[in-house]
Amino acid sequence: MSGVLVVTEVVDGRLDESVRELVTAAVAVGGPVTLGVAAADVDAVLADTAIAGVDEVVTVRLAAGGFDHELQRHAVRAMIEQVTPDVVVLGYTIRAAAYAAALAEELGLGFASDVVGLSRDAGELVAIKPVYGGKVYAELGFASDAAVLVTLRPGVWEQAEVAGAPAAVREVALGGSAVSRVRHVEYLAPAGGVDLKRADVIFSVGRGVGAKENIEKFAEIANKLGAGLGASRPLVDSGWLPAAHQVGQTGVSVKPKLYVAFGISGALQHLAGMSGSKKIIAINTDKDAPIFNVADVGAVADILEVADELKALI
Amino acid sequence: MKIVVCVKQVVEVPSYVEFGAGGADVDPAFTSRELNDADTYAVEEALRIRDEVGGEVVVVTAGDEGAVEALRRCVAMGADRAVRVWSDGLSVHDPIAVARSLAAAIRDEAADLVFCGVQSSDAAQQSTGPALASALGVPSVSVATKVDVVSGGSGLTVRREFEGGLAEVVELDGPAVITVQTGLNTPRYGSFKEMMKAKKAQIPVVDPGDAGASRVKVRRMFVPASSGGRDIEMIDGGPAQIAARIVQLVREVG
Ligand SMILES: Cc1cc2nc3c(=O)[nH]c(=O)nc-3n(C[C@H](O)[C@H](O)[C@H](O)COP(=O)(O)OP(=O)(O)OC[C@H]3O[C@@H](n4cnc5c(N)ncnc54)[C@H](O)[C@@H]3O)c2cc1C
Repeated sequence: MSGVLVVTEVVDGRLDESVRELVTAAVAVGGPVTLGVAAADVDAVLADTAIAGVDEVVTVRLAAGGFDHELQRHAVRAMIEQVTPDVVVLGYTIRAAAYAAALAEELGLGFASDVVGLSRDAGELVAIKPVYGGKVYAELGFASDAAVLVTLRPGVWEQAEVAGAPAAVREVALGGSAVSRVRHVEYLAPAGGVDLKRADVIFSVGRGVGAKENIEKFAEIANKLGAGLGASRPLVDSGWLPAAHQVGQTGVSVKPKLYVAFGISGALQHLAGMSGSKKIIAINTDKDAPIFNVADVGAVADILEVADELKALI
Repeated sequence: MKIVVCVKQVVEVPSYVEFGAGGADVDPAFTSRELNDADTYAVEEALRIRDEVGGEVVVVTAGDEGAVEALRRCVAMGADRAVRVWSDGLSVHDPIAVARSLAAAIRDEAADLVFCGVQSSDAAQQSTGPALASALGVPSVSVATKVDVVSGGSGLTVRREFEGGLAEVVELDGPAVITVQTGLNTPRYGSFKEMMKAKKAQIPVVDPGDAGASRVKVRRMFVPASSGGRDIEMIDGGPAQIAARIVQLVREVG
């Protein structure tokens, strides 16, 4: 039992974009690095597995395309049984989270998710993960008598270099008992509406607005300044704004020239949709809100007071 | 239909904290606790289905004595019964141990359907639901934004969400574990009268035994470097100065 198995998903015929970050983290942990991919058309993604630091590639051929977390779990279990790694790393994506903990439970592995730091301390694997809304980090240690499975937060590690050629490929068979209990019916496209992706400037409001009535103020200011209006998920959940305004992992991903976050705490799932913005301004009453970790310009203030001043100015 | 909903009394921390438990957790004197937001949607969804097709809603938590407040709030919302699972060795920071402990209590319930919130706000692992499904030997679907009970309760049609707002409709047979995403309904509050009644609800405690044994331990907790070590321009002055700087930066974009 040694080495690191990196498992990535195939999304729209490509490896998930976090794969090269996972490899960087795996190389730092030490030991041989195996990259595992399960898909219907594995051959189509083999070229993408040419990543510096990867010693071997294991593949599992699935009967059907699309994403089935049950089949994916069976496939990764087969990889683990073949490779016998002592550390398994996955990306902290919605797809991986759908089966990662189930696999850890099934195989009796150590487990942590949304990990932002991974190292060894005198042989023991040490993982760091944000807790309590990201204001505190927990340093976790694991019992050494079983492998450890962790899911890593995207965007934390550097991307490993692309290598000239893929590593040697080993195909792992999936037993006939590996069936899915979940049946695909159909995919539904995201909600259309406002096109935030085109905006150069986005003003986004979060739960800090406090009440539905207050959103109008921000909409008016954004409109006058030619900015698009974005929002964090809770505002959409409450029915205060239509879904097309939602920025983040399950909303739109935006990269405007300027993104202004009003009363948004900076949860991972929000950052996933806006941290690539060229310049970020964050206004929050909590000086320790994680949004300040990605902001270029910040202010500790009540957004409603700032909104009144903005209205007066323009 | 018998529906079990797993809920958590989450810990909220303010801006300034100190650590207790030998550095392994935030000193409870600095924290407040409340029912996890996503769980309120899970409870509401269970109540909605019960009210439509009949049956019973049982809420379960794995947590210490303080966690009983979360259960009482769910009872005030309309849950029929509540069960608390706890053993002193159980680490709430290990979703696998928590899931196995929940399973120890839920197995006896022979539920047709189990709901969890998509994630707890304090640990944010999205893991208890899938791990619980594995411990119970049933399938799971995560991040559900719509749940329909079909074929008289034995079938489920679920819409789940992926990155970028892509959704997928899937079907499965119960029993199953579904993790419920925020926003799929409007959670009710209990009336004052229901809250008073919930205060008196009898809530049994189940000892999960070995199921609560943990493979992960918290070595320490710490406050990360603010602004992640990056340079950040903090705007001095009051709201007027902040507004002026925002307008200036917007105009620079052109
Ligand atoms: C699978 C999944 C997908 C998700 N997808 C998304 C997504 O696409 N987009 C998304 O945004 N979220 C998403 N979320 C939810 C996400 O985890 C957070 O819950 C959400 O982003 C929090 O929104 P918020 O920052 O507005 O609210 P909170 O976290 O409640 O933060 C509110 C902030 O406002 C500040 N504040 C309060 N009052 C004031 C005031 N008067 N002035 C200034 N500041 C104030 C507070 O200090 C706090 O920092 C997803 C979650 C899951 C599990």
